[in-house]
Amino acid sequence: MSLNRADVEKIAHLARLALPEPETERYAVDLSSILGLVEAMSAVDTGGVTPMAHPLHMVQRLRPDEPTEPDQRALFQSIAPLTEDGLYLVPRVIE
Amino acid sequence: MHELSITELSRRLRGGGLTSVELTRHYLERIERLDPALNAFVTVAAEAALEAAARADARLARGEGGPLTGIPIAHKDIFCTQGLRTSCGSRMLERFIAPYDATLVERLAAAGAVVLGKTNMDEFAMGSSNETSFYGPVKNPWDLDRVPGGSSGGSAAAVAARLCAAATGTDTGGSIRQPAALCGITGIKPTYGRVSRWGMIAFASSLDQAGPMTRSAEDAALLLQAMAGFDPRDSTSAEEPVPDYAAQLGTDIAGLRIGLPREYFGDGLDPGVAASIHGAIREYERLGAQVVDISLPNSPLSVPVYYVVAPAECSSNLARFDGVRYGHRCEAPRDLEDLYKRSRAEGFGPEVKRRIMIGTYVLSAGYYDAYYLKAQQIRHLISDDFRRAFEQVDVIMGPTSPTTAFPLGAKLDDPVAMYLNDIYTIATNLAGLPGISIPVAPVDGMPVGLQIIGDYFQEGRLLNLAHRLQQATDWHLAAPPGLA
Repeated sequence: MSLNRADVEKIAHLARLALPEPETERYAVDLSSILGLVEAMSAVDTGGVTPMAHPLHMVQRLRPDEPTEPDQRALFQSIAPLTEDGLYLVPRVIE
Repeated sequence: MHELSITELSRRLRGGGLTSVELTRHYLERIERLDPALNAFVTVAAEAALEAAARADARLARGEGGPLTGIPIAHKDIFCTQGLRTSCGSRMLERFIAPYDATLVERLAAAGAVVLGKTNMDEFAMGSSNETSFYGPVKNPWDLDRVPGGSSGGSAAAVAARLCAAATGTDTGGSIRQPAALCGITGIKPTYGRVSRWGMIAFASSLDQAGPMTRSAEDAALLLQAMAGFDPRDSTSAEEPVPDYAAQLGTDIAGLRIGLPREYFGDGLDPGVAASIHGAIREYERLGAQVVDISLPNSPLSVPVYYVVAPAECSSNLARFDGVRYGHRCEAPRDLEDLYKRSRAEGFGPEVKRRIMIGTYVLSAGYYDAYYLKAQQIRHLISDDFRRAFEQVDVIMGPTSPTTAFPLGAKLDDPVAMYLNDIYTIATNLAGLPGISIPVAPVDGMPVGLQIIGDYFQEGRLLNLAHRLQQATDWHLAAPPGLA
């Protein structure tokens, strides 16, 4: 599987990564070579094999739906790039 | 002082005329003098370490504490430490101060260990050479022109150079074992779920596991004892009781069956490394173990499977770094999409971007079945290989890495060549099994690691086997020249 620059641009958009134009060619080469490595999987017959969801085949442990953490908003927001009145600030989304 | 085992240091701290403050000062002096050439530490916390050492001394004076009380260690910079920067080797977290301690950090602090600082690592633990760190590469203490391995390269180099008594690491595809091998130390990746992942920055959640990196199996047993155990805050934490690892050291190994997978001794394995591994296996035969030829037929597929599963999980885990709640944010974003895209592009380095993009691609509409589902199916086959092997043998042995440490820059421009370093370590992560790497005879002055893989929750057996070899030989005592 070989990826071209347009494929890389599409993937970068899905991954929310801004790639400058000159870098897309390099990523197209690198990603194609990684997919080339992965290609070895296609030769394996996996008919009837259950996909492995967990190394120990454990099921998800559940806990009662009760609060276990205190409110630490001020502490958590102290490391945020930009906040105001307890809110995280981002560029305007709705005009 | 820095050549002593943790057991011996602990004995001296309890009335042997040594204080933790003195020991901590000794290591801080070594870090200041030797680390500029190695770059093993990203952050040194001298003041906090000396305060913790004084508290440990007070505990010891009252006759309290355990075998780790007052012992200076270092944490890989992937573990959240309250009030002390956690960068994960990334620009994204250059100024990130976690508001809480990881469970592992909390447990080792409760045991009285003194934290000297945080060690360098590949960015977000993605790498096998410690060259993807935003904070610069780590140098191998045995040869400063070579890599220490990765991703726990800073921890491995710090332990090998005697800059700390022990360090923590994480292993997603070999990141404890491979740098341990390349730096000549002991490193164990426990069974998936054995050590809590809470507060350990996630890379690939179904593979990530933390473990100790030390100069001997005996030291590793003490560290793992404090780190392991059920944690309700980690939903994948194993609810298995933790045995007394130190008590298992010295168990007789007569009659133990060692499986040698033929796939681990084929093309691509350096002949010198192969000779060294066979030499160590002969030692085990002298100690009474039996060698059995086995096959892990699907193991050559572990690298391809890993490079679907790990990037898929990483692309999802790293989606949280969006420049909004914490971490790097770009200047003057035009709109929200621009904020996300530029913050992430500026915050992540090239290897992290490659893996995020591969993961995004294999999970995208139309490709999921061909890549992700297929990989998880083959993962099952790889796991079944081990299950069948453990019906015939007690442990599996082979090389940790196909070669000794390679020169800095040698594989940096070829991601696939870099990925193939982990050919012998990845399968155990995919299966969730424990594995240990211990030093054996060096090749051309560079360390070689023997890997021992055990069945689920057999960490005690692995530590005992490692300890038996370290009682019979002195490979693990070799120190890098020029770092006295």
